[in-house]
Order: sequence, then structure tokens, then C-alpha cells
Amino acid sequence: MAYFYNTPQDQAEMLKAIGVKSLEELFASIPAPLQLDRPLDVPPALGEIELTAHLQELAARNTPATANVSFLGGGSYDHFVPAVVDYVASRGEFYTSYTPYQAEVAQGNLQAMFEYQTLICQLTGMDVSNQSLYDGGSATAEAVLMSLAVTRREGRVVTIGSVHPEYRQTLKTYLTSLGVELVTVEASGGTCDLEQLARVVNDETACVVAQHPNFFGALEETDEIAKIAHDAGALFVVAFDPISLGVLKRPGDYGADIAIAEGQSLGTPMQYGGPYLGIMAAREKFVRRMPGRIAGQTVDRRGKRCWVLTLQTREQHIRRSKATSNICTNQGLFALRASVYLSALGPQGLREVAELCLQKAHYARGQLTGLERLEPAFASPVFKEFVVRDRQHDVDGLVRAALAEGIFAGVPLGTWYPELSDCLLVAVTERRTRQEIDQLVAALGDRASSSPSSAETASYA
Amino acid sequence: MRNTRATQLLFELSHPGRRGSRLPACDVPETSLDELIPERHRATAPTPLPEMPEPEIVRHYANLSTFNMCIDTNFYPLGSCTMKYNSKRNERLANLPGMVDLHPYQPESTIQGMLELLHQMQQMLAEISGLEAVSLQPAAGAQGELTALMCAAAYFRDLGETRTKVLVPDSAHGTNPASANFVGFDTLEIKSTPAGYVDMNDLRAKLDEQVAVFMITNPNTVGLFETNVREIADMVHELGGLIYCDGANMNAILGITRPGDFGADMMHFNPHKTFSGPHGGGGPGAGPIAVTGKLGPYLPSPVVAKDDTPEGPVYRLDFDREKSIGRVRSFFGNVGVLVRAYCYIRTHGPDGLRQVAENAVLNANYLLSRVQHILPVPQGDRCMHEFVASAAQLKSERGITAMDIAKRLLDYGMHAPTVYFPLTVKEALMVEPTETESKQTLDAFAETLFRITDESPELLHEAPHTTPISRPDEVTAAREPVLKWTAAEN
Repeated sequence: MAYFYNTPQDQAEMLKAIGVKSLEELFASIPAPLQLDRPLDVPPALGEIELTAHLQELAARNTPATANVSFLGGGSYDHFVPAVVDYVASRGEFYTSYTPYQAEVAQGNLQAMFEYQTLICQLTGMDVSNQSLYDGGSATAEAVLMSLAVTRREGRVVTIGSVHPEYRQTLKTYLTSLGVELVTVEASGGTCDLEQLARVVNDETACVVAQHPNFFGALEETDEIAKIAHDAGALFVVAFDPISLGVLKRPGDYGADIAIAEGQSLGTPMQYGGPYLGIMAAREKFVRRMPGRIAGQTVDRRGKRCWVLTLQTREQHIRRSKATSNICTNQGLFALRASVYLSALGPQGLREVAELCLQKAHYARGQLTGLERLEPAFASPVFKEFVVRDRQHDVDGLVRAALAEGIFAGVPLGTWYPELSDCLLVAVTERRTRQEIDQLVAALGDRASSSPSSAETASYA
Repeated sequence: MRNTRATQLLFELSHPGRRGSRLPACDVPETSLDELIPERHRATAPTPLPEMPEPEIVRHYANLSTFNMCIDTNFYPLGSCTMKYNSKRNERLANLPGMVDLHPYQPESTIQGMLELLHQMQQMLAEISGLEAVSLQPAAGAQGELTALMCAAAYFRDLGETRTKVLVPDSAHGTNPASANFVGFDTLEIKSTPAGYVDMNDLRAKLDEQVAVFMITNPNTVGLFETNVREIADMVHELGGLIYCDGANMNAILGITRPGDFGADMMHFNPHKTFSGPHGGGGPGAGPIAVTGKLGPYLPSPVVAKDDTPEGPVYRLDFDREKSIGRVRSFFGNVGVLVRAYCYIRTHGPDGLRQVAENAVLNANYLLSRVQHILPVPQGDRCMHEFVASAAQLKSERGITAMDIAKRLLDYGMHAPTVYFPLTVKEALMVEPTETESKQTLDAFAETLFRITDESPELLHEAPHTTPISRPDEVTAAREPVLKWTAAEN
């Protein structure tokens, strides 16, 4: 095996030094009846050449976004990842190190963590950030657990139908075990029903969880949601899209108490759903209830500025069953990627990426809903995603037609919303060109009955 | 070459007007922002991010990286974390476009290769664990624990039982009691014997029909195989309870024994430990769980299913599982980590996996035999993949603490062991060499320990001496937290 050092001779010398006769003897403490008396039934070993061929064969039976044109979104996006992000994250000093328990030999990671926390605060307008959670879904659940602890209310948590369905499912799973009631406010018009929200938020409610832009890509009335939550003494938890903050107001500017996000957009490849980056930022007064690791600035014994893990009494390795969360391993490498990504973009680059997404999404929405077959499902303003309704009620047919042209048209919503089974969620990132958008329009259009605008675009197909 | 002056923060390097990226011009007809986004939603000022050109970013991070110890450069015997070599082929293969550029909601027909890999992963983890059903969804070991306990809670709800307690040995990882708490259980601690095993008398005293789960780490955190594990499992099962095995230490027993065979009903794997997923400076990990057949229906959804058709096998995501607890995260799982773990398992095969355990245990025992006369190991002269030495005697005789030793090791270019864990051993130094180290490295580590324990206590109290910083003031960091850079304070 290529990764082992010990030769038979090494093994013999070491066994002798230990004072045993065989490798088997080292396992004598495992009662014989419990020992496996046969080799594991897993496939035989592969050398690097064979393994490479095998993985290439498996990969060849997948269609990556690099081969097709992708309009898939719903929480994972085909944003561009600059090469500098891959370069930094592929340095062994970052990816083969671990949690900085020994600060003296981990200042690189600790300083990068401190910078990440600062960048997230700059991005969100919030006071404090932790050093990452697993992903958007579990970050939602952690934000709610934190709200329960901060408010000392365990009666009710309120969310909205326009929050990512998988975030809500995650939340439901976490709350089932704790016996907390989860109330979901309707979003049948594509955004939160504010009147219903005001009715269900009560003085037992720990928090209101919204997403902005929401799962349908639409903008929520965040000021009003914040007011309803705060008037009842509940926290306002918002899931945001990091890229959107190039044009939209920051969570800290519209009254969020805890801001969370799926950070995949910030330089992490889609890799079939994970590992991603759970972002969490909060108001300063809640910092001692935050989950996860946090880096802090201090000085060493010679007075030199440096960074350490801090506020560790919140964490499971100190506080055990009383910890603020059970999280240990986090997503440090993806926090690093997000930092490099945000540094590479800077304020101007982030605004440009956001504006490109915005303009292209609106162009695509205009072109697609110009087709006779499609109409906008909701009227609300959107950022980089939008929902179209198929008048022929055949979303699968649309997806198949596009796929035949090498296009991933979007995410069918019937999976989570039976009432939207005739709807498709379409995401447009800065990578999509006008030509690709026009190809999508042509693929979904019925040329015989198309409107003038799509007739024009059909010529690109 | 280390550039020790490169400790300025990104924000201090920022310069107005510099930038590290150029975006393409907009190629669609533009609409004014006023028409697209109502003013109340629009940012009123640019985000205050740093402004840097690409070379500056590269130099900054390349220099920062040199302040980290890592497996690629140093021996890293951090107990319980299994810091083994991270294979470069796995990195390359996990980054094939056909593996990494896949969207989680692509049509299943366009990801048959990925689904086959994940299905095989389910099968292989079931075989390695000796259990029947697998979920690849949890994002880390701690989330695996939480998920399995949620499955247990759902199982008891279905039985109409309201069990309130989870038993956890006092030597367990902190994640165990924390996970139990977030599933709504009360945690009861079971004592360890002086020899380092679960105290059977304490277990008998605390075990009753209110116990839902006994969470056992096996091999345990002092590096011993719980010899009574089968008897413990029988006792718990007799009262209707379940056994959870914390799989953090699977590296010691791959192909030697299986949790399912020693009585576990549920377990998690740490692919970033056992199957060499890179630790990434803190993560990512993954936390797949394996359970017995009766608990399988409760696993999160989806799982990968295989249908045999005349045209060959077809893989799909199975969401149609009515007893499932639901989801514990968005999307399928930490697939990037699982792909690396798949490569690792396929590289080793059945014999290779057993050799991982053999060499890990051999290396740990060899190191133990070399150092125990200087650093006694209270729990005996044999171990599995790791051992916990104690500096208690050195402390009482010469004032040298486990922390002193840990810090001084850094001067000699070796990462410190895990210190002050488990809590059951005084002045604990938890050493896990792993199988991807040589006898020469182990000898050098042992000799370094001998040298350190001969050094003056004063020298050790101020160690490390050669690192960029030494003994940061953690008390002030926690009392007056500075958690981000601000222009005013710097």
C-alpha cells in the first residue's frame, strides 16, 4: 500500500520492541468471538492508474455544469470561482491542517478565521460572525436553537412558505425532537402573507425565520417582518443570498437579529450539494449564545498581536451537554474560500456580479414569459431567480426539451409545492450569456405559436 | 521561506480603487435599477470589503499558510483526530468536472455515475460497520450522532415508549452529551474504572427502562477496546434500549471487528478521520451513519436506491420513506468528502483496510512502549490506535505540565498531541500517530519527548520559543472579545 511506511522488517522490529510476537497479538483485547473471521466484503484494491480510470468512468456518466448550460438554483448556484480561490484552498498548509488548538502553529488559520469573521460582518452589517456551520439548512436550525436560548421561549417558531423547503424540513426535524411548535405562514403570492404572519406571531414565539431573496427569488418586505417579530419580542432570523448584497440592503440594516446563509455562492463548487458553507452572523449581545468556533484577537507573552480560538466555554468540548450546540468539525476550508472570493471581488466586483445576475435574470424572465406557453408565476420583484408557470402544465416536458438541447432549464417546484407543480424555478448567474439565455428560450418555446420577441431569439438556436 | 512580517490583515492591505477581478460587460439590454429593485430594498452604500489586486491576495494567503503546521509538512499526532496522510490522487479525482460541477437538483439521468458511487458507498459502509442501513446525509460526526439519536427517538415514539435518558461514559467526546441534549434527552454520565473501561457497577446502577441509548466510543478515548462491550450491549438490549457507537476511532478496527458484530445498533463514521478526508483547518468532515434493519426506516431522506432493469442498473434518490425523520441539512450530503472516502476505500480494498488498522495499532503500541517510562500511561502498556499518557508525575515532581510538553514539541517541529482530554486522565497527552508514519518518525518523536522532559521547567513554561508567537493571552481574549477588525481599533 502506497501510504504505509512499515516494511515486514520494520514490523518485526517494532513487535519485538513492544514485546509481542505478532500483529494479531496486538488485538488480543478484542474477544475472539467479536473478531471478524473473514476479509471485509469490499471490492479489491485499485492502484492509482486503475482508480483514476474508474473515477473517470463514473464521472463520464455524469453531466457537469461545464458540459451543459445550467439555469439550476434553489440554493446552489453555478457562480464563477476565480482560480485564486482554488489556488489558496489547495495549499497543503490550509487543507491538511486541523482546528487551531495550538495557536502558535496555526496563526495562518486563525488569522484567516478572524478575517473571515470581519468580512462576513462587513458583508452583512451584523456585529459578530462565527467561523462557519455546515450549510444553509443546518444554519437555519442552529439559528432557531439559538433564538430559543436567547428568548427563553420554547412555545413557537414561525417560518414562511417561501423559505427554502429543505431548510424548513431541516428545522422541522430538529424541532420535532424538542417538542417546539413550528408554524408556517403562507406565501401563496410568492412572498410572505404579512397579515397571517402578524396573526400567528405571539408572545410565546421565539423567532420568525424568513429568506430574502426568498426561495422563489423574490424580495420579502423585510422591514415589516422585522417589525412584526420585534413587536412580539421575537427575534428576526433571515437567510440571505451573499451575492445579493452587492445590490440589496444588508441584514444588519433592516433589523435582522441573526443572519444566516448558504455560502456556496462565495467560491465553493456545487459538488452535488456539499460540503458547503453555513454562514451565521448576529447582534453582539447574542455572541455568548452563538454555536461554533470563534476566533479572537489578543497578544502573546511578548506583546505581539495574534489570534486564538475564544469564547470556548460555549462549546461542547468544554460545556458538554450544556453547550450552545453540538457542532465540532465545521467548514473551515470553505470559509477560507469565501474570504479569498470576497477579497478578489471587493466592493466593486461584488456589485458587478450582483448587477449582472440581476440584469440577466430579468432579461431571461422577460424573454421566457414572452413565450405563449409561459407566464410569470408571481409579480414580486426578484433578484437572480424567478418562477415561471407553464400554461400547458407539463414542467417535466419543458425540462426534457431543454435537456435535449444541452440545457438544465431549472428546478421543477412540484417536488415541494404540489400547488406549483406547473412551475419552474429558473436561476441566472453572471456566467450565463445572452446567447445561452436565448438558447433556453428557444428550447422552451413553441416556435409555431411564439410571440415576436421569442421569434427573434429563436434564430440563435 | 517564511516571511514573518506578513501578519498584516487583509483590511490593512486594502487600498481604495484596487481590485482583483474584472467582470464581463453586461450583454443583455439593461434596465435601470429603479425599475428592478424598489429603493427600500437597495443598498445605500457599497459593501465595505477590502480592495486588493490578485497578486496581493496570493502573497497574503501564501505567507499566512506558512504559519500553519499541517500533515503535508509535520508529524501531527493529535489524538482522536486521526491526522493521517491526505492522498493527492483523491484530491485530483474529487475535482474532476464530472464529480465537482454537479448541481444537487440535476435530473437523475444526468448523475448516474455519482449515484452509483454513493450507492456503493452505502454498501461499503454497511459492510465495514456490520450494520444494514446507511445514511450519507449528516455533515459531520457530531451531526451523525444527533441524527442517529433522532432516529432512536422516533423509533421509541413508534413503540409508544417515552424514554428520557441517554447514558454517556465520562471519557466520551463532548459532542455525545451535547447531541443527546439537542434531541431532548437527559444525559447521565457513567464512570470509568481506573483501568479506563466503562464501570459495570455504575452502569448497572444507572441502567433502567428509561434509558433510550447508551453511547459508547469503542475503541474508547483512552485507546482501549471495551472488552465488555458485548455484555454491555446485552444488558442494554434486555431492557429495550439501543447502543450507539461513536465511530471516531474506527481506524483501529477496520476489518478486525465491526460495531454491528459487537452489539451496536447505530454508529457514525468520520470519513475525514478514518478515510483520510483532509481536515481543512477545521472542516469539512462528513458523518454518515449506519444502523440496524429495524432503525433503517427512520434514517433521513433521501437514500440512494438501485433498480435492476433489462438495460442494467438504474440509480435514483428514494424519498418515499414514510417513517423517515426527514432531513438534517439541505441537499444530499457532504459529497466531496464522500468521494474522497470512496477513493480511499477503493485504494485499500479488504486487505489494505485491515492493514490500516494493523499499522495504526502497531505504530501506537510501538510509541507507547518507547515513551511510557518517561510519560506513564495509566491505562496500561497496550493500546489500540492511540494512548493517553499522563504528565501528572512530572508536574508534581518538577512542575512540568502536559501543556509545557505540548508547547515545547512545537519548537521541535512536531504538532502537539491532544492535551487535557479525556477528562478522566490527569495532565493528559493523547497521542495518535496513525499508520502513515514511519518507525523513524516515531523514534524521533520519542527521543524529542525524552529531551524535553530533561529540559529546565523554566524553559518549558515559556515554550514555544521558535514559533511566530508564543503563549497567547487567552484569558483577555475571552474577557474582552475582539472578534473582528475595525478601523478605529487598529
